[in-house]
Amino acid sequence: MAGKEQLDQYWQRNKKIMVAVLAIWAIVSYGAALVAGWLNTVTIFGFPLGYYMGAQGALVVFVVLNYYYARKMNKLDKHYGVAED
Amino acid sequence: MAKDAFTQRLWKIYGIYTGVFAALVIGLAIAERNGLDPKYIGYIFMFGTIVVYAVIGIISRTSDATEYYVAGRRVPAVFNGMATAADWMSAASFIGMAGALYNLGYNGLAFIMGWTGGYVLLAVLIAPYIRKFGQYTIPDFLAARYEGSAPRLVGVLATLLVSFTYLVAQVAGVGIITSRFIGISFDLGVFIGLSGILVCSFLGGMRAVTWTQVAQYIILIVAYLIPVTVLSYKHTDVPIPQVMYGQALQAIETRQAELKNDPKEIEVRNIHKTRAEDLKQKIAGLPGSWDSGKKDLEARLAAIPAGDPKRADAEKAIKDYPKSQDDAREKWTAAMKGADASSKPPKSYVAPPSTTVDKLNFLALILCLMAGTAGLPHVISRFYTTPTVREARSSAAWALLFICALYFTAPAYAAFARMEVLQNIVGSSFAAIPPWVAKWASVGLVSLKDLNGDGIIQFAELTLMADAIVLATPEIAGLPYVIAGLIAAGGLAAALSTADGLLVTISNAISHDVYYKVINPSLSPSARVKLGKALLLVVAALGAWVASYKLAIIVELVAWAFSLAAASLFPAIVLGVWDKRMNRAGAIAGMIAGLGITIFYLVGSRFYGLDWFGIKTIASGIFGLPLSFVVAFIISRLTAEPSKEIREFVDSVRYPKGAVGSGAKE
Repeated sequence: MAGKEQLDQYWQRNKKIMVAVLAIWAIVSYGAALVAGWLNTVTIFGFPLGYYMGAQGALVVFVVLNYYYARKMNKLDKHYGVAED
Repeated sequence: MAKDAFTQRLWKIYGIYTGVFAALVIGLAIAERNGLDPKYIGYIFMFGTIVVYAVIGIISRTSDATEYYVAGRRVPAVFNGMATAADWMSAASFIGMAGALYNLGYNGLAFIMGWTGGYVLLAVLIAPYIRKFGQYTIPDFLAARYEGSAPRLVGVLATLLVSFTYLVAQVAGVGIITSRFIGISFDLGVFIGLSGILVCSFLGGMRAVTWTQVAQYIILIVAYLIPVTVLSYKHTDVPIPQVMYGQALQAIETRQAELKNDPKEIEVRNIHKTRAEDLKQKIAGLPGSWDSGKKDLEARLAAIPAGDPKRADAEKAIKDYPKSQDDAREKWTAAMKGADASSKPPKSYVAPPSTTVDKLNFLALILCLMAGTAGLPHVISRFYTTPTVREARSSAAWALLFICALYFTAPAYAAFARMEVLQNIVGSSFAAIPPWVAKWASVGLVSLKDLNGDGIIQFAELTLMADAIVLATPEIAGLPYVIAGLIAAGGLAAALSTADGLLVTISNAISHDVYYKVINPSLSPSARVKLGKALLLVVAALGAWVASYKLAIIVELVAWAFSLAAASLFPAIVLGVWDKRMNRAGAIAGMIAGLGITIFYLVGSRFYGLDWFGIKTIASGIFGLPLSFVVAFIISRLTAEPSKEIREFVDSVRYPKGAVGSGAKE
C-alpha cells in the first residue's frame, strides 16, 4: 500500500474530480433548466434547445460524465498504487 | 483467465437468448398473418417470458450466502449495468413516462433528468465505496460506519418505508398489464406474475435475480424501441425516432398556436370553466352538498319506472357517487382540477415553467428524484455484486447508458403521439373516431366527450391518461397485434424485474439486518438463507394483499419513496464516505430529522393543505434533504469524534486496494 502522503494526495485529486464532475452535472441539468426559455430561442433540427437539453442533452452529458469518471479514477488508482490486485 | 471465460460465456448465452426471442417474435408475427388468434399471442408472450424467468431462477438456484445475497460478487460491469437498468426501470418508467411527457410537456422532463442524473451522484459519491466495503446490505454499511444497531435499525426503517410502497406499485402494475392484455382477472394476473418472480428469487436470491434481470432488460428495451421506430419511419421516413421527433415538436407548436384562438375550442374551454366553478361550489358546500347530491340521484332513480333501460344508468351513477364526505372532497377536487386545466388554452409544449413557484417546484423535483435515485437501497445494493471497485465504477456508467436507451426515447413517443392527436384526431368527426381511440376509451384510458355537441372532436374534449401513450402506439402506427403483445411482455418485464430486486432487498433487510445482526447473531449461513427465503414468501404475499385493494394513492406513494430516500439514506451514506468527522449521533439525528420533516410535509401537504413556499407534495424531499445534511453536520461537530478504528475504516473504504478496516463489526 502507498504511503500516507500519497493516499492523501489521491483523495485530494479524487475530491477535485468529484467537484468538477458534479459542477458539470449541475450546469447541464439545473443550469440549463433555469435558462431553458432563453435556450428555446435557438432551434436545431427542429428541437428548441431548451427542451432538447432536458429531454436528451443532459442525458448524453451524464453518460459521458460517468464513463469519464470511471476511466479517470481507474487511472488514478494505478498512478497512486491503490488499484486492486 | 477464468473471469474472461465467464464473461464470454455470458455474452454467448444472452446472444443466443436474444436470437431466440427475436425468432419468437417473428414467428408469432407470421402466425398472426396466417390467422392465429391474438388471444393466444398474448398468452404465449406472458407465459413464455414468465417460464423463461423461472427457468433462469431454477438454473441459478443456490443456498450459499454470498451467492444468495450478492450473486457471488462476480457480475461483470456490463451485465450488472443491464441488471441495474432493469432493476431500476419500473412499470411506471416503461408505461407511464411517455404519457407524463405527453400531458406535461416541458414540466415532465423533470422525471427524465431526475431519474438519469441520479446515476451521476451514485457513480461518483456512492457506488465504488459501497463495493469496496463489500458486505451485503445498506444497513450493513450504516452499522459498520456508525457503530452499532441503532443506525442499522434506522436504516432498516428507511429501507422498508421506501421499498415496500415501491413493491406494491410494481405488483399492481403486473396485475394491470396482465388483465389488460391477456384478459385474465387482476388477481389471477398478480398471482401468476408473482409466482414467476418467486420461483426465481426464492431459489436463487440475488444470483437468480441478477441473471433474470439481464434477460428482462433485453426484452423490455426491444419492446420499447420497436413501435416508436416504426412510427417515426411512418411519419418522417427515417427510423430513428430519437432524432426525428424534432419535426413533431415543430408541428405540435404550430398546431397548438392555431387551436389557441379556434372559436370551437374556446366554446369547449368555457364549458370546462363552468364545470370547474360548479365543482368548486360543491366542494365549498360540503358536507351539505354531498347529502343533497346523493338524494338527487336516489330521487332520479325512483322516478324511473322498473324495466326502463335508463335505470341502469341511474344505478351506475349512484354506484359511482362518492362513498363519503372525504371521498367526495378527494374526487371532486381532482375533477375540478382537471376541468380547470382543460378550461385553459394548451400551454406551449416546449416552454419551461414561467412563474417562480413553478420553476422552484421543477428544480426541487429534479433534486429529489436525483438524490432519491442515488439513495434507493435496491439500486445501491446492486453494486455489491461486481467483482471489483473498478467494475463498480464502469458498471454505473453502463447502467446509465442502458437506462438512457429508454429515457432518450420516451420524449419521442410523447411527441409523435401528441402530433398524431393534434393533426389527425382533433377536427375530425365523432362518427369517424379511429379504432385505437375507441378501444382505449372503452377501458377508461382515453376520455372523449362531445361537450359542445357539434359532432367534431376538439382538443379540449379529449384526455389521454398517462398509460395510454405507450400502450396505444402500436395501433397508432398500424402495427400487428404481435407488437402490442411485445409491449405487454416488456411492461411485464419492467414490473417484474423491479419487484424482484425490491423483494430481495426487503427480505434481506429483515432477515439479515434485523434478525441475524441484531436478534440472533449465532445463526448459521445456511439458516440465514433459509430465513431470507421464507421472508420472501411473506413479503410477496403481503405486497399482493395490499395491491389487491387497488388504492389510488399507490402511484403517488412511489413518488414519495424518492423524497424519503433522498432525505434519509442518501445523506447518511454520502457523509459516511466523504466526511470522516461524521459520527454516530450526527448520522442518526440527520436520518431521523430528514425522515421526520419529509413525512410531515408529504402527509401535511397531501391531506391537510400544508403549504411551504408553494412546494408540491411530490417534491417534499426538498426540505428533508438539506435539513438532514445540516442536522448531521451540527450534531456531529457538537459530539465526540469517531474512534480511530472508524477513521481507519473510512480510509479503507476510500482506497480500492486492501481489505476493509476493523470498523466493520460482525
